[in-house]
Amino acid sequence: MVNYLSPLGLYDPEFEHDACGVGFVARITGERTHDIVESGLQVLENMVHRGAEGADQKTGDGAGILVQIPHEFILLQGIAVPERGHYGTGLVFFPRAKQEADLCMEMLSSIVKAEGLTLLHVRDVPVNSDILGEISRSNEPVIRQIVVTGPGKPEELERKLYIARKKVEKAAAQSILTEKRNFYIVSLSTQKMVYKGMLSSMQLRAYFPDLSHPNFTSAIALVHSRFSTNTFPTWDLAQPFRLLGHNGEINTIKGNRFWMQARESVLKSELLGNLEPLYPILQSGMSDSGSLDNMLEFLVMAGKPLPQALSMLVPDSWNDKNPIPDKLKAYYEYNSTMMEPWDGPATLLFSDGRYAGGMLDRNGLRPARYLITTDDVMIVASETGVQTFPAEKVREKGRLKPGKTLMVDTLEHRVYYDAELKETIASEHPYREWLEKNRIKLDDLSSGREVKNNLSNLKANMQAFGYTKEDIERLMIPMALEGKEPVSSMGNDTPIAVLSDKPQRLFAYFRQLFAQVTNPPIDPIREELVMSLTGFIGAHQANLLEPTADYCKVVKLKSPVITNREFDLLKNIRYKRFSSVELPMLFPAVGGTKALEKAVNSLCIKAEEAVENGHNYLILTDRGVNADLAAIPSLLAVSAVHHHLIECRKRMQIDIVVESAEPREIMHFALLFGYGASVINPYMAFAVLDDLVVRKEIQLDYETAEKHYVKSINKGLLKVLSKMGISTLRSYRGAQIFEAIGISSEVLHRYFEGTVSKVEGITLEDIARDAIVMHKAGFGVDSIKEIENKGVYSWRKDGELHAWNPETIARLQIATRTGSWEKFTEYVEAVDQKGHPIFLRDFLDFNHETAIDIDQVEPASAITKRFVTGAMSYGSISREAHEAMAIAMNIVGGKSNTGEGGEDPIRYKLRPDGTSTRSAIKQVASGRFGVTAEYLVNADEIQIKVAQGAKPGEGGQLPGYKVDEIIAKTRHSIPGISLISPPPHHDIYSIEDLAQLIFDLKNVNPQARISVKLVSESGVGTVAAGVAKAKADMILISGCEGGTGASPSSSIKHAGLPVEIGLAETQQTLVLNGLRGQVRLQTDGQLKTGRDIVISAMLGAEEFGFATSALIVLGCVMMRKCHLNTCPVGVATQNEELRKKFTGRYTYLVNFFNFLAEDVRRNLAAMGFTKLDDIVGRADLLQFVPKDDNPKMKKLDFSKLLYTLPSDSGKAIRNIKPQIHAINDVQDRSIIELAMPALEMQSPIQFTREIRNTDRTVGAMLSGEVAKRYGNDGLPNDTIICTFKGSAGQSFGAFLAKGITFRLEGDANDYLGKGLSGGRIVVVPPVGTTFDPHENIIAGNTLMYGATSGEVYINGQAGERFCVRNSGAIAVVEGAGDHCCEYMTGGRTVVLGKTGRNFAAGMSGGIAYVLDEDGDFDFFCNMQMVELSLVEDMADNRELRNLIAAHYRYTQSPKARQILDNWNEYVEKFIRVIPIEYKKVLHDEKIEAVKKKIAQVEYDY
Amino acid sequence: MGNPKAFLTIDRKEAGYRPIHERKTDFGEVEQTLSNADRMLQASRCMDCGVPFCHWACPLGNKMPEYQDLLYKGKWKEAYEILNETLDFPEFTGRVCPALCEKSCVLNIDHKAVTIRENEAAVTERAWSEGWIVPNPPKKRTGHKVAVIGSGPAGLVVANRLNRMGHEVTVFEKDPFMGGLMRFGIPNFKLSKTIIDRRLALLETEGIHFVANTEVGKDITLETLKKDYSAICLAMGAGVARDLSVEGRNLKGIHLAMELLSQQNRQLMGLTLENEPITAKDKHVLVIGGGDTGSDCVGTSGRHHATQVTQIELLPQPPVGDNPQTPWPYYPNILKTSTSHEEGCERRWSLTTKRFIGKDGHVTGAEVVSVEWVKDPESGRMQMKEVGKSEIIKADLILLAMGFTQPEHEGLLDMLGVDYDPRGNVKTGRTTESSVKGVFAAGDVATGASLVVRAMASGRQMAESVNTYLAGK
Repeated sequence: MVNYLSPLGLYDPEFEHDACGVGFVARITGERTHDIVESGLQVLENMVHRGAEGADQKTGDGAGILVQIPHEFILLQGIAVPERGHYGTGLVFFPRAKQEADLCMEMLSSIVKAEGLTLLHVRDVPVNSDILGEISRSNEPVIRQIVVTGPGKPEELERKLYIARKKVEKAAAQSILTEKRNFYIVSLSTQKMVYKGMLSSMQLRAYFPDLSHPNFTSAIALVHSRFSTNTFPTWDLAQPFRLLGHNGEINTIKGNRFWMQARESVLKSELLGNLEPLYPILQSGMSDSGSLDNMLEFLVMAGKPLPQALSMLVPDSWNDKNPIPDKLKAYYEYNSTMMEPWDGPATLLFSDGRYAGGMLDRNGLRPARYLITTDDVMIVASETGVQTFPAEKVREKGRLKPGKTLMVDTLEHRVYYDAELKETIASEHPYREWLEKNRIKLDDLSSGREVKNNLSNLKANMQAFGYTKEDIERLMIPMALEGKEPVSSMGNDTPIAVLSDKPQRLFAYFRQLFAQVTNPPIDPIREELVMSLTGFIGAHQANLLEPTADYCKVVKLKSPVITNREFDLLKNIRYKRFSSVELPMLFPAVGGTKALEKAVNSLCIKAEEAVENGHNYLILTDRGVNADLAAIPSLLAVSAVHHHLIECRKRMQIDIVVESAEPREIMHFALLFGYGASVINPYMAFAVLDDLVVRKEIQLDYETAEKHYVKSINKGLLKVLSKMGISTLRSYRGAQIFEAIGISSEVLHRYFEGTVSKVEGITLEDIARDAIVMHKAGFGVDSIKEIENKGVYSWRKDGELHAWNPETIARLQIATRTGSWEKFTEYVEAVDQKGHPIFLRDFLDFNHETAIDIDQVEPASAITKRFVTGAMSYGSISREAHEAMAIAMNIVGGKSNTGEGGEDPIRYKLRPDGTSTRSAIKQVASGRFGVTAEYLVNADEIQIKVAQGAKPGEGGQLPGYKVDEIIAKTRHSIPGISLISPPPHHDIYSIEDLAQLIFDLKNVNPQARISVKLVSESGVGTVAAGVAKAKADMILISGCEGGTGASPSSSIKHAGLPVEIGLAETQQTLVLNGLRGQVRLQTDGQLKTGRDIVISAMLGAEEFGFATSALIVLGCVMMRKCHLNTCPVGVATQNEELRKKFTGRYTYLVNFFNFLAEDVRRNLAAMGFTKLDDIVGRADLLQFVPKDDNPKMKKLDFSKLLYTLPSDSGKAIRNIKPQIHAINDVQDRSIIELAMPALEMQSPIQFTREIRNTDRTVGAMLSGEVAKRYGNDGLPNDTIICTFKGSAGQSFGAFLAKGITFRLEGDANDYLGKGLSGGRIVVVPPVGTTFDPHENIIAGNTLMYGATSGEVYINGQAGERFCVRNSGAIAVVEGAGDHCCEYMTGGRTVVLGKTGRNFAAGMSGGIAYVLDEDGDFDFFCNMQMVELSLVEDMADNRELRNLIAAHYRYTQSPKARQILDNWNEYVEKFIRVIPIEYKKVLHDEKIEAVKKKIAQVEYDY
Repeated sequence: MGNPKAFLTIDRKEAGYRPIHERKTDFGEVEQTLSNADRMLQASRCMDCGVPFCHWACPLGNKMPEYQDLLYKGKWKEAYEILNETLDFPEFTGRVCPALCEKSCVLNIDHKAVTIRENEAAVTERAWSEGWIVPNPPKKRTGHKVAVIGSGPAGLVVANRLNRMGHEVTVFEKDPFMGGLMRFGIPNFKLSKTIIDRRLALLETEGIHFVANTEVGKDITLETLKKDYSAICLAMGAGVARDLSVEGRNLKGIHLAMELLSQQNRQLMGLTLENEPITAKDKHVLVIGGGDTGSDCVGTSGRHHATQVTQIELLPQPPVGDNPQTPWPYYPNILKTSTSHEEGCERRWSLTTKRFIGKDGHVTGAEVVSVEWVKDPESGRMQMKEVGKSEIIKADLILLAMGFTQPEHEGLLDMLGVDYDPRGNVKTGRTTESSVKGVFAAGDVATGASLVVRAMASGRQMAESVNTYLAGK
């Protein structure tokens, strides 16, 4: 059997992700009953759609329940336990093999005994194995319950049990067990116990009959269902863990684990005594959630109260933009000097058996709703409606808020709300005073010393550190001038570092990782409030278990990139006996590799000595390079020292400051921080700026240039962090959110522990050689040449190779224009036989010996239908180019893609000449521009763009001046208004969210296949497995090389992986999981010829995408000026004059695709295959062709890339069956039947139905039917009126079409009114409700995302991100969470109550009215793009009143009544929020109208 | 870089030429110059393409985007320096290069290429006049001596480069003045000889020895050469002109084009002529051959006050404007109208010369026949087919401008015993080394007749190879 728990091919279990449904039920009065357990199980069962099933459709990914110890039940089992609290119990998973199980038992009992405890009883837990799926059964453990007694008070016993369990874990890890993780102690406690397994939500109850026993009682039931990206049998990873049920993902986990390992050396705990035997605190092989639970448990066992321990690990954001008490800010700041946040989206539900509670991450990226009944039962869950109660039994409804905690104490019978909990935590010590007395801010210091910025021998130094003309002109000058990250266009077509003949900086071998699907990237601009670069350096000996004032003897830095002046200060601080030591990062150039190795070793040893000598920080510096001494690559030095100190457990005691000439661009800084640096002084960058200022190359004074430069680096850093979903540099530091490409495992293992590389590569020898070559360029005997343009961004003759070069571009254009197959073969030759490899596939070849006649090969038309053009929006490219692609694809039977930006409905119709400009693929991107029901029903495929190759994990912005009438129309927006695409889809924060979106889209258009676009990176295979389980029909793996249009330069060059790796990893992981058969795979990324296509096919792809090549066929000449709107060939521009220069024709594309198909046939014939399908997934047909153009290439190893499962594994290697979408039994089916008369004849109809939280996406399929028949115009108003009673599932009324009114009496979950397309939604509390609706949460998060038109009235409060990206709908709500009206571009939003933080962030259009009764709204509003005013204008006054009147009419809201009755008094309390851009547009419209009037006035002459 | 939007508002502006009536009366350069301000605006039109096809098309790989940007910013000196990195003598190419770069310029898709050649000339002239071009002799000498045979563009480039590298270079020229075809082939109205002299003076100051009037193998023995020099660089061009051996070829009044052109330049230099001067004055001139040399004959004849100038070409007239057979970014085969053509001449195409007709031993005309070019279905090659009647073109001076076939084998080359390629050029590998160790060849002698810029590129490559060769000695 294959061992899934170790790396196989490109698959590595390290990349596993999971997401989930969580919930708990607790009786506040602490009364233990069985119905609480029952209730918990029901909660779980009602969230079944949040979990997932494996390939066998039967195996769940994991489910579990945490309960208080069922004392009576245990007694009933005949176990003579002492009284409650004086014994511990828990389930234990034992290996199946008896011998191994015995060994485990022996280990367990001997350690229990050694700890002075008694193993009272071992009970075989009855289980019902028959219900298990094949996969989970394959690894089903033997489950036993152990009962342990011991002396002492319950708290003491609890601790002893913990120590015993840790020791057993450690012993097991060091034992001879073959399957170590099959021995697992689920929990062992005096208070609570966990039942869990590799089960689905529905199976939990049946699998453990214990749970159904009427005497199985508890006051707390915390449940969890897991949605994992794999299908492997991992029973131990099911949740809840010992304290936690976690829905989310810890993005910084790698760093957190390293830091914790380092921290172990300074921890001391009186309560736990000698900690050494307990290490590692974080058990290896666990998931991120598992590690977090380990950490939390440790803190709690060491005496930290639960809420405090959580606040240390997952702190709220405390920067200036956050409205929290100063005392609490001080606490957080104090805490942040010692502990980096465990950063990532999270709903954390926790319980120690007495308390039960929940908290959210700082950004509230997971939903959690709560409800308290009149009989003191509290329910917290990912969704509302998981338990239903009569309206009159509900006392309170609410939601967990970002960064906030809510807790029940079953002993004291009360509920603690966040403010009270935090007040207690913040008051424990005088944190503010501690900080003020000890912590110094670098900003506050100054000295009289003069600091120079210039550098003698500048050119020699620049050469030695590899500065190029492009570095200066394309990166540094724009940064210095604008204070922004520089932008480039058209992707990257140069070889990866290891394939290049030119010497490379070590930085070039690394790639940034980014979040896709399993957790959201953050918008660092619009959601700045959660972001922070603040750092501290200095004393780190902190034992975080025992707080003292001493720990804040640190220097606080606002920016981690410091100027020479600041560096001078830092170096000379003697405050509180601060001291630092300088260690030169230099080695004698003549000594070569040996000398480099020795120098790095000696650095490590000296760093260790620095710790022993009590220095606070060490400064790694490469000043002093001269003819003899070359610089050690700074990244190598930093990482080597960092890892060495971790290894010798001295890392916590010292900080690393880097003074280096090397870092100049954002990626360099990100890498140095990611591998452990705290502060960087890029002195050479400053010297270059100084030189540019002196030479008047930049016309700014030096200080301004410097300020801009640092600012752009900082901004860039925030972006790099945020694309992984990380908010603070403190948790990014050392988190190694990178992967290497082309570095040998030997180097990685030695200096970059924990970093992944897939194809092996350079050794220290190559690193040394490159360092020395560059050093010689500066300090060698030859005279110094000018700083050169090395052709990294633009093509140069002697520069870096580019796959798109004059030859390939010219040949392709000529061949397709003239329709000459002969010319095309010349193009193919130029591409395929490029002489020097550029891509990984250039190392691959296949057997040509079994050639068959080409006539036997399937026709070209069978191949062209597998072709698609890339997603390029009309807006990023001109109409001419966009339509040419659509026509060509429709002719050859392939598919064109709308790109993000909607499509003009006129294109759905055939043109008079019989051609069609309809794009078969409709893209759904994060901006949701133009995504209406009509748009979706006119698709053959709906593509969810999760990431794009050129800038994965980032958003985009179409500036207002580019948005003309037509673009605005297709995007359902207003001309002149900026359109921002957020980095994440705000309805995809996790894999189960993606499943939900796929479900939504499938409902609107059941005929269309749903595809998901991912970008190649390590772990993409695992993500893809999750996506396959989320029921995508097709997955697109995009290479990082691709990407048309403008993107930040650092993203183009440094993010993502070559497509070959991502594609192969995806194929391998899907096959391994048995999921490949149910999805198709598509790929793109610099595909140019038939050879590229067949190689991609063998690596796993069934379909192929072309973007850049298609543009080139249409005339693109790779100007790489898309970002400037100056495309001289009319392709990537909206400028009328330039568009006239467009010379492309769709016929050229038809030629191109036919030629490509012929070229594929030619290759298939050469290989001896008749059909493309026959080679899909056949990586075994590929051979690695070694090349030795340079010594680096020789070291490549493709064995992982070409790994295939043995052919007898019986697993599908290509798509052989359709996905099963569960849309046959949705409510809409019966609604559509009912509504047939309305649909067919427009005759009005009304009806009422029950609804539950498991009824998801109600209304979407109905709307699809409307849109199919009537387009966006829909039905006449109120043709279909449907009243629902109950709790609606997610996406209620999604894409609701015009003419449909949904009235919901009850409450709603997330995504209500998503993509609203003209319909009306009314939400009111159920009849009989006792609470004031105005004060209660009635709807979830992310409502009306991407709504284009329609109305929503909500009598109650909604969650976070209300009206996000609303572009035309009207909404009235009585209160909203954080980020309300984010990215809104049109429509009206009225909030009759409180709003959360960051209101109107990124809002560029539409108007919001907020009732500001407390007078503090301005604090909650993000003022970057909007202006606030009172409602003074009569027209506004009337508009607002009408909106509120409508709200009252539909909801009978008492609050609305009150406002209307006292209109004049209330109207003054409203704040009108209007985007500045929108104001200008309105103003211009008015002026235009006036002008027209004036023109119409008749005059007498 | 630059102004990315300039090309949208600023049009291509050529400096143009002196008025025909004025320029036709003298042999001064015909091209005019723009003001510095206009020149900088022209440079601003460069779009700094992601794929600079100009840079690709240039055999020397001149860094067009870089120096256009500097010129646009008014950094003339830096612009010259960048230009000079790849191009030894931009004052020559700035005048006579057909500007492959401009044909490949992305703006040439619209026929509005950046005026790269003119910009090049302007930058270089500014550099000369500002005194930025000063002797820069090598700081150290290597002790190696190198002989360069021939002083055309390839010879001068290799001499210059090797000298800069510290080798001691002697250039042998059989003619009385240095410059090869630039000196005695290109008419002064295209390239004033003072431009060459200016550069030669500089090269001499930098330490290059120039030995004129010396044909190696004749005036100096090969043995001496081999003994005294560590390496021999052949750069004597492709001297054998293509002749037309038809009936009447030995009539008087029929000359190879080079006879007229070289004689004209000698006359202008005040040299005494060995032969009776050829003049077109009051004659009907027929130029056979439609290329640049032919065009130079047209211009020269005009300046002699010929009665009538006719230029005929065997190939059909190329299309005007665009030729789909040679699309952008390749060098277009389209109708080129030179300043000489503008000055007055009848141009005819698809004519083959059957025989020359004479009277009293002197030519009076040529019988020509129209031809058609058809594709041979077997070989796919174009083949000529005579069509129509023959006609006689009246001519009392006929100039044969049909190109060059190969270098002179007789003499030095045969003496050296170098191998030839199938076309009769000196056979070299990638290193420019010939079959004889230590003997290198570059320029037309190795590649066949081509452009100045290619000769220069070839010379540069030779310098690298020779340097490597010397380093190994």
